[in-house]
Amino acid sequence: MSISKISPELFHKLVGLAALELTYAEGAYLLTEMNHQLSSVNALLQVPLEEDIQPTLHGIECQGAGPRADVWQPFPTPSEILAGAPEVEDGMFAVPDVKGAK
Amino acid sequence: MSLNQFSALHVASRVRAGELSAREVLESSLSQIHAVDGLPGSLDQKPLEPAEEQKVHAFIRLTEDLARQQAEEVDRKVADGEDPGILAGVPVSIKDIFTLQGIETTAASRILYNFKPPYTATPVKKLIEAGALILGKANLDEFTFGSSSESSAFKPAPNNPWNPSRVPGGSSGGSAASVAAEEVALSLGTDTGGSIRQPAAFCGVVGLKPTYGRVSRYGLMAFSSSLDCPGPIARNVSDAALMLQIIAGNDPKDSTSSVVPAANYLEALKEGIKGLRIGLSPDYTHLFYPDFETGELAMEAIQKEISDAVLYAASVMADLGAEIVENVPLPNAKYSIPTYFVVSRVEAASNLHRFDGVKYGYRTPLEVEDLQDLIRRTRAEGFGSEAKLRILMGMYLSSEGFAANYYQRALKVRAMIRRDFERAFDPHGEHHLDVILTPTTATTAFKRNDVFGNTVRMQYSDQMTVSANHAGLPAVSVPGGLDADHLPIGIQFIGPDFREDMILRAGYAYEQATLDEAWRAVRPAVLRQEVAK
Repeated sequence: MSISKISPELFHKLVGLAALELTYAEGAYLLTEMNHQLSSVNALLQVPLEEDIQPTLHGIECQGAGPRADVWQPFPTPSEILAGAPEVEDGMFAVPDVKGAK
Repeated sequence: MSLNQFSALHVASRVRAGELSAREVLESSLSQIHAVDGLPGSLDQKPLEPAEEQKVHAFIRLTEDLARQQAEEVDRKVADGEDPGILAGVPVSIKDIFTLQGIETTAASRILYNFKPPYTATPVKKLIEAGALILGKANLDEFTFGSSSESSAFKPAPNNPWNPSRVPGGSSGGSAASVAAEEVALSLGTDTGGSIRQPAAFCGVVGLKPTYGRVSRYGLMAFSSSLDCPGPIARNVSDAALMLQIIAGNDPKDSTSSVVPAANYLEALKEGIKGLRIGLSPDYTHLFYPDFETGELAMEAIQKEISDAVLYAASVMADLGAEIVENVPLPNAKYSIPTYFVVSRVEAASNLHRFDGVKYGYRTPLEVEDLQDLIRRTRAEGFGSEAKLRILMGMYLSSEGFAANYYQRALKVRAMIRRDFERAFDPHGEHHLDVILTPTTATTAFKRNDVFGNTVRMQYSDQMTVSANHAGLPAVSVPGGLDADHLPIGIQFIGPDFREDMILRAGYAYEQATLDEAWRAVRPAVLRQEVAK
């Protein structure tokens, strides 16, 4: 059985979408590994799926109390959060300009 | 016997009784760490002196000051007649993937090298409230992405205390190594595909992955949100039960944490295993490894000493009155790794989008053109190769045009893996098992750099453990002997939903029945070296 491979073109598109930059060597290594992993993943295409099987997002049905009420709760010490930011200005996270923004 | 060899139960009972101070326990642990651990993990990667190659390197950061404050508080409570907690004075390490307020929490990644979280993870908070002494943050694979701890950005990566030229497993490698090297009595790890049980097996300690939802994930940096489980690593089954007792329970801050009440795990150990039905499966005797050209899965037998250890354990347990049920079919287990490649990568890619150099952690020092450039460069410099690989693979597998073939299909195969277990544990089914006994790993600990870089081979070292994650089931690895190279072997018990009590009973019965066997007197190499000095 021949199996599909991830092309260099698709790989470079994914790198851009993932907001990454890679050196040539790193890109070559990662693409090779992705295709090796894909050869394992392709085994799934051969699995005879049971007719009544439904996809599951969790192995076990969640037994939790469910999501909290969607109510705003202020963090008690926002200064602690801001203290961890690389750059802060006037109590807000500071970033460079967004391309095209006025 | 040194203080460091005592069990958590023993330490806590003596501290609570005022026979031993928490301060004494702490100093003994720190002394052990200073003797065997060597340099902590660091981004500043210098060549190691030969002596450092023989050290454990379990930690990224020691938290001595915090532990001293905690020890003083425990001792004060004992002196004042207050309850110091059921883990009073017990030294604990925390995998550096759990937040600890005000203490750097790195996930072993450059992108979080300076992150000081403003809150503490729920399981960590529970340990502190129970009187534990938090000795430090244990090294791991970057963001838990690996099975050897070698992908940590903080070098040196941990070594295996039984043979420092071997890996301790991963991703909770520093946790398991710190417990095996008697630096701490307990460690808090996480298990997404085997990351507690595989390193526990490699390091000759006990590691338990609870049922999904049994322990809160609040404050655990997410890798694969539908699979991640915090759990205990200990040197014996009783200590693992004790620690699970403390960290288990519902948490309103984690909507997937269960409201099912936790059992009394320590009490359950006393019940024995007479009449327990223990299954053996022919589907846990081989790896199914892909051919990179054809995609066909080829069988590879697991290390014979490990399969022999499983059969021996079955015979021991039969002698104790358990019923051994052979030939239990779990036919979809062989698809566990392909399924894991899909589910875990898709979820990891989603979870890693939040790291952008804006709100916390690393930001590129280079000049940038705009915000997009800042994010790209920060992620390029901040993430290691394994993290980038998981992001890219997850995006590919969930992208339009491929998701139906891969992601949707993987979710169905995951349901079939779960169904296999449901049939095996069904009280009205053919096998009506209480637990399933399997190997924890296909091999004992491999050499450093032998597998690292081959991401498929590395992932397949989790083949025996990952099915329980897909199914959400509890599973525990307990020491099951040593191989010819004196490396630990792990055997695994898998149980039904929320039956941690059952797998602990099985592990405890086996442990107690084999306490006098010669292999249990053998100590890890780094501890033998300490004695020789």
